[in-house]
Amino acid sequence: MSKRARTSHGRALAAHAILLIYTVIALFPVFVIVINSMKSRREIFRHPLSLPGPGSFDLVGFQTVLQQGNFPLYFWNSLVVTVVSLAFILLFGAMAAFALSEYRFRGNTLMGLYLALGIMIPIRLGTVAILKLMVAAGLTNTLFALILVYTAQGIPLAVFILSEFMKTVSDDLKNAGRIDGLSEYRIFFTLVLPLVRPAMATVAVFSMIPIWNDLWFPLILAPAESVKTVTLGAQMFLGQFVTNWNAVLASLTLAIVPVLVLYLVFSRQLIRGITSGAVK
Amino acid sequence: MGALTLSNVTKSFGATEVIKGVDLEVQDGEFCVFVGPSGCGKSTLLRMIAGLEDVTAGDVSIDGARVNLTPPARREIAMVFQSYALYPHLTVRDNMGLALKQAGTPKAEIAQAVDRAAGFLSLEPLLTRRPSELSGGQRQRVAIGRAVVRRPKLFLFDEPLSNLDAALRVNTRIEIARLHRELKATMIYVTHDQVEAMTLADRIVVLNAGRVAQVGAPMELYNDPANTFVAGFIGSPQMNFLKGGALGLAAETLGIRPEHLEISRETGDIAGTISHVEHLGGETNVYVHTEPHGLLTVRLFGEHNFVVAEPVYLSPDPTRRFLFDKDGLRMR
Repeated sequence: MSKRARTSHGRALAAHAILLIYTVIALFPVFVIVINSMKSRREIFRHPLSLPGPGSFDLVGFQTVLQQGNFPLYFWNSLVVTVVSLAFILLFGAMAAFALSEYRFRGNTLMGLYLALGIMIPIRLGTVAILKLMVAAGLTNTLFALILVYTAQGIPLAVFILSEFMKTVSDDLKNAGRIDGLSEYRIFFTLVLPLVRPAMATVAVFSMIPIWNDLWFPLILAPAESVKTVTLGAQMFLGQFVTNWNAVLASLTLAIVPVLVLYLVFSRQLIRGITSGAVK
Repeated sequence: MGALTLSNVTKSFGATEVIKGVDLEVQDGEFCVFVGPSGCGKSTLLRMIAGLEDVTAGDVSIDGARVNLTPPARREIAMVFQSYALYPHLTVRDNMGLALKQAGTPKAEIAQAVDRAAGFLSLEPLLTRRPSELSGGQRQRVAIGRAVVRRPKLFLFDEPLSNLDAALRVNTRIEIARLHRELKATMIYVTHDQVEAMTLADRIVVLNAGRVAQVGAPMELYNDPANTFVAGFIGSPQMNFLKGGALGLAAETLGIRPEHLEISRETGDIAGTISHVEHLGGETNVYVHTEPHGLLTVRLFGEHNFVVAEPVYLSPDPTRRFLFDKDGLRMR
């Protein structure tokens, strides 16, 4: 008994060590960005890894960001694009997943494969066609163009993950709803969706980060000042000859905050889902 | 109010035919049990009656009206599921009242119907709880209550007792029997447990591989099985099947129930040795190995002191034996 307890102790220790190392590696770049955003330009180059001290502390980067350009607007644009895209991904992804997992129809498997294809083929391959499409539709320089593209980009993974989860929802429960006269929509929204909430949170987290961080599509589809996103906005401090590192690092630091908040919201759902399943 | 007719109903999933033509009439107020081994199609048949599965061919009629294309909610049925299937986000009261609410019944009437059903099943103290705060037995009572509230033409039970422990199973079985007596409603009950079938049913439908093997009252099936399948399925312990040829009979198989096989230490038709004895108090089951019939079961009432490896003789009661031909059909 005691021997087994000791080995599991050792194993736990090893697991924690590995996880800690990974955490340090993953957080290091973020850490460097955050500490350097609060230092003077000279200190950034001289001691990039030292913490901001009395001699090096300087908020000039943040001042530049807040004075120059239109950062509150960029934040707002990013937030709108991310939140609306996520809502669409979750809604339409879940609907498609429900149809694929719940109904028997001709071409069901084929449809599932077709929808999953997007996981394997990067959407950027279609950039030229997408641009042509958006120009033809008159959607260039609108946030809606970005929302459409990100929704398309996120749906394959959402369908893939959610349809697997929806297969685990009890058939009896759905059938009880049908006998009680609930519409298929009510069954979907009130019975099935709450039960796959942890999976929805997973999908939300996986889809959110690439959308928030994306530079490619904002640059191509919506470069106008009024619809710039944060990542694109931060680019104006990166010049061909001179780069305002203070401002770049400060804007990136600020850009971490909203996405961190969203992540915390979703991950709490995620953890609640996992623990409620474990306890019951 | 609540007669069900199935005429030549079939169901296929792709190329596999699961229900191969079932004809059945269930009278109003009857308690009808579908029984059969797993995979015989009994649950599928029930789900077709409920409207949860399409009918591939044939007709399902309730009260003379064809309902093949009627959605489940409009068939005036209620169903109790094996896994209870309570709505996790609703309280017991809302769970029970949902169907009426969907049908647009006034609130006061719903409350009244729920209270009546709750009183009937002693669910009053649970009405404000959620399903996650109930035990398994309570959940199944709520599920039954949810069915009662609707006052359906037809109650459908899909193995409602399978997830309950033995003691609760007996209680809930008695509850369902009482429900049937007092509501005088038509009930269709699916189970793989022949004890449930025997104790609850007015009429049992034995299903085998998508076909009806025999329909009849419990005692009819017990005393007059039409084939070896029904003979073996109904009755516990299972009927003994002896080789007819070895006994000098024209029949392929001789079936004899364990309670109709006499055991003696001195003399009898078939010699064998005891391989196992089960003492259950009220009865004793003796397993006897014989040549060439294999292991035969003898059911004795009361306590007996047979021991393993003892040589004994068995004699089938000639008035209670059943003869079957080589297709397993009864020879009369």
